[in-house]
Amino acid sequence: MQELINLEIPVAQHLQAPIIEIKGLFKAFGKNNPILKGVNLSVHKGEDVVVLGKSGSGKSITIKCIVGLVQADKGEIKVFGQEILDMNTGQLNEIRVRIGFLFQNSALYDSMTVRQNLAFTLQRHAKDLNDEEVEKEIIEVLESVGLAEAIHKMPSELSGGMRKRIALARTLILKPEIILYDEPTTGLDTITSREISELILNIKKKNNTTSIIITHDMACAKLTADRIVILKDGVIHAEGSYTELENSKDEWVRSFFI
Amino acid sequence: MIIYFKNVFNDVGTVTEFASKFFKEVFTPPYEFKEFIKQCYVIGYKSLPLVAITGFIMGLVLTLQSRPTLAKFGAESWLPGMVALSLIREIAPVITALICAGKISSGIGAELGSMKVTEQIDAMEVAAINPFKYLVVTRILATTLMIPLLVIFADGIGILGGFIGVNMHGDITLVRYISKVFESLSFLDIVPATIKTFFFGFFIGMIGCYKGFTAENGTESVGKAANSAVVTASLTIFIIDMLAVQLTDLFF
Repeated sequence: MQELINLEIPVAQHLQAPIIEIKGLFKAFGKNNPILKGVNLSVHKGEDVVVLGKSGSGKSITIKCIVGLVQADKGEIKVFGQEILDMNTGQLNEIRVRIGFLFQNSALYDSMTVRQNLAFTLQRHAKDLNDEEVEKEIIEVLESVGLAEAIHKMPSELSGGMRKRIALARTLILKPEIILYDEPTTGLDTITSREISELILNIKKKNNTTSIIITHDMACAKLTADRIVILKDGVIHAEGSYTELENSKDEWVRSFFI
Repeated sequence: MIIYFKNVFNDVGTVTEFASKFFKEVFTPPYEFKEFIKQCYVIGYKSLPLVAITGFIMGLVLTLQSRPTLAKFGAESWLPGMVALSLIREIAPVITALICAGKISSGIGAELGSMKVTEQIDAMEVAAINPFKYLVVTRILATTLMIPLLVIFADGIGILGGFIGVNMHGDITLVRYISKVFESLSFLDIVPATIKTFFFGFFIGMIGCYKGFTAENGTESVGKAANSAVVTASLTIFIIDMLAVQLTDLFF
């Protein structure tokens, strides 16, 4: 049973067109393995939406469809009002530079130092910047994640939490309007998880970004979510604020909050 | 059996698609010139010691093994020419290519495979960076250009090894040895043998990149990609060599 609760999104946000709009998204791997069976999701500018669901419910697939890493079988995905499923790679890349993606395992480039990881991304999209300006941007963004001292380190020298922060810095260096977080606190201790969650919150406040956060960490969800959606059997099963879903009549929904 | 053939045709299809994507991307700007130079350094310069040792041993051993047979016919003076011909036409290109298949193709397969399973390739894609152009095109171009140079280097070192081999049982000056080598060589010995090394280089790079780039998720697939790259590249080298020898025989 789908439970859709009235959302406390400001009126101004409701009037705006959603920055991400997903309608009837289908994705199957093989003939008998449908993962998404008609996902509908709208995210407004400045909103942080947390996506919950059991492992394998298609949360990561949904956000990978948004950036074109996974090709959807059917449905519509509009980002910044543009339908991305019909786009060629060039058009999609124009959208991609406006979207940041934080991977579950950070996905830092192993053969590059932290500085090179950031410069590699920045120099390809801001070709008018000279070396000094690139260096300034790198230091600025590393300071914003509290890791300016790690600039010359290799990814293998960093802890899990540090890798996440550097990956986030690499995402932020292109000043994205939307950030998609794929399990940002997975594999981290409670304190580091909280630090990452607070960082997500600070980024939103500072840059007014829109986010979709996939997580199993309820502390992270509580701290960051303006709205929570729960995926079940390939569709959005429930939607609402943290408090609303915590007190849901649906026992399965409540089980996430125990 | 039907499934086996289906898989073989499927593989041939995907490899062809991969290769055609390379030819499309290689001519389309922007060009990753810095990465190409870096790969030339890694693939070419860093393989020099291995190729030098192998080349030297090839030349030395070939001389020592051939001497008794030639001595039976009193044709020891043919030794420099015979060694040089064998090295340049066949042994140095094939052995160097096989050494490089082991070192470079497996290295590329493992590197790209691990980048694939740790989502580094996906990270490039979502940052609107073309991973195919950055990772694949640069590596294939570098192997295509560096393997011929390494083979020429191995030819030279092998001939030098031959000189030492000849001098172990005889006495010949370096100048005399080199002049005997060049007396026995013609343009047609060098050109077809060098042309085929470009193909060796292309396939060493392409197979390594293909195996790594198409690795499935999971660390096990990284090992499989590296292993499969070496096996396929080595086999491909022999097939290309056979075709090259047939074509050379036909036209020259």
